[in-house]
Amino acid sequence: MPTNGAIVQIRNLSKIYAQGEIQVTALDNVSLDIGACEFLTLMGPSGSGKSTLLHIIAGIDRPTSGECRVQNIDVTRLNESRLADWRNQNVGFVFQTFNLIPVLTAFENVELPLLLTQLSRKERRQQVETALDLVGLADRARHLPRQLSGGQEQRVAIARALVTDPTLVVADEPTGNLDSHSAQEVLGVLKSLSSDAGKTVIMVTHDPKAAAFGTRTIHLEKGELIKD
Amino acid sequence: MALPLTYNLRNVLVRWRATLATILGIALVVAVFILIQSLAAGLEQSGRNTGDPRNLMIVRKGSTAESSSQISREQLKTFGYLPQIARDGRGRPLLSADLTVLVSLPRADGNGEANVTVRGLGPMGIELRPQVTLTAGRWFIPGRREAVVSTKMAQRFAHCAPGQHFKTGGKELTVAGWFDGGNSAFDSEIWMDADEARDLFDRESYSSVLVRMMDTNAAAQFMGRMEKDRRLPMRVVPEVAYYSEQTRTSVVFKVIGTFLAVAMSVGAFFAAMNTMYASVGSRTREIGTLRVLGYRRRAILLSFLVEGGIVAALGGLLGCATSVGLQSLSVFLGWQFGTMSFNTFSEVVFQFRITPGLAAQGLLFAVVVGVLGSLLPAIRAARLPVIAALKEV
Repeated sequence: MPTNGAIVQIRNLSKIYAQGEIQVTALDNVSLDIGACEFLTLMGPSGSGKSTLLHIIAGIDRPTSGECRVQNIDVTRLNESRLADWRNQNVGFVFQTFNLIPVLTAFENVELPLLLTQLSRKERRQQVETALDLVGLADRARHLPRQLSGGQEQRVAIARALVTDPTLVVADEPTGNLDSHSAQEVLGVLKSLSSDAGKTVIMVTHDPKAAAFGTRTIHLEKGELIKD
Repeated sequence: MALPLTYNLRNVLVRWRATLATILGIALVVAVFILIQSLAAGLEQSGRNTGDPRNLMIVRKGSTAESSSQISREQLKTFGYLPQIARDGRGRPLLSADLTVLVSLPRADGNGEANVTVRGLGPMGIELRPQVTLTAGRWFIPGRREAVVSTKMAQRFAHCAPGQHFKTGGKELTVAGWFDGGNSAFDSEIWMDADEARDLFDRESYSSVLVRMMDTNAAAQFMGRMEKDRRLPMRVVPEVAYYSEQTRTSVVFKVIGTFLAVAMSVGAFFAAMNTMYASVGSRTREIGTLRVLGYRRRAILLSFLVEGGIVAALGGLLGCATSVGLQSLSVFLGWQFGTMSFNTFSEVVFQFRITPGLAAQGLLFAVVVGVLGSLLPAIRAARLPVIAALKEV
């Protein structure tokens, strides 16, 4: 476990949901460091807390206790608005269901996070084109999501995740809805993001073959870290 | 930072089937609002169109309309030769002592009778009203029991074509011709000779006197002098101002129009709310995604308000277009509208008058309804928990 130069430092992180009378522990006192340029995969059965951990690291969920520092900022302590800004600048998110905006073209979808920055229209266009080029979809910029295949949609989503040049790229089952060929392509792109572009990539997956693309795999069970 | 407008526009277009009913509903509200207000505006315009800025109208103090005013011949002599009054080429003062009488005439469509204002004019009465032009036949000749009817009234009342006769005051009058009042209050009148009218309706005095002033200074002097003269309990007002005051009936239209529009807008409000709730419901995961990308709650709130505003503005534009189309059609088909004036209790005719201001009001009204209707759905969208929104199928 890298301790020096860690991008993400998680200490004693717990998350407890109340489901009516019953309390469900999604994360139980998890501590973890994730280094720069790592491609970390989180594995575990359903309900093991891997997605919850990913959401807390990405700043879209809050823990019950503990801290989660990303580049020395404890994201659990940021208020709603600052957290939104922080996500925009530091995290790229890739979803299982792609989550592209159906009425916007591939170009416009990728441009969405950049509209929140101070970049000029020209700068935005250059960055969007670069991102689309990186995922091999420069020629699909004017296509709507429904005009793309599943694999292409997910690659557009990856372009959207990296267009702001974030520190972290987090992916929640990114190959869950793809055929094996498209899955290989997407995993290849994610791998190159960590190895070539210097991003820290954290991916949740059920699939051991997908996990094999990572540089490190962590297993969770019943909210606890069982193997690193 | 807000979401791009194209995002909202395309969402509205994509859901056109769901939004169409709302757009049509709002269009209907706006069209009704504009049309009724335009009737009020038309009525007001007919008042504003009436009168010559050089003329002053003299009625008895305390009277609100000519029908309740009386000016005796002795009073007329007292002020009829004051030096401020303009003269014609032969040195005669330019004034017309008029008598107005309400008569009941049968409608052209056989649908009962209605009150019409008959105006008896002095010899210079026509010259003092240059906006009125003869359109058929000739002017009346005093002593021949003749009348000239406004073209618009002639269409609404029976036996009013040139050469025809109608009965009033127990005597028969012959229609000598038609005149056009240029969309003024005179369009609602029948004209004849004043002294003949006094005789026919058995009146000693006149109702009002219209005088032409030499210039604006003379008018001010004349008004001051009339005001000071205790023998003359007269009210002197510019002719234009007098007729503007006479269109208070338009207030009734405005009240009815506003009431109808407000009542209907309640329906439109709920339609907009329903549409936007449906829109939020079907885009829950999209909202979650936007939040993950860094869009703040208020950006989401604003975006849905803008979208509701766009739907309503489309409805508003359609409503404006419908009302303008109806107005053009009414002009093309020569429709005109009549109502009873609450000042004179006689029939007045007027036309739709859609002004840019009215259209803007209608549009603003629509947008306000749309934005208010979208408020609750937008708040719901902005408050959606990100994780739950992302899990929505």
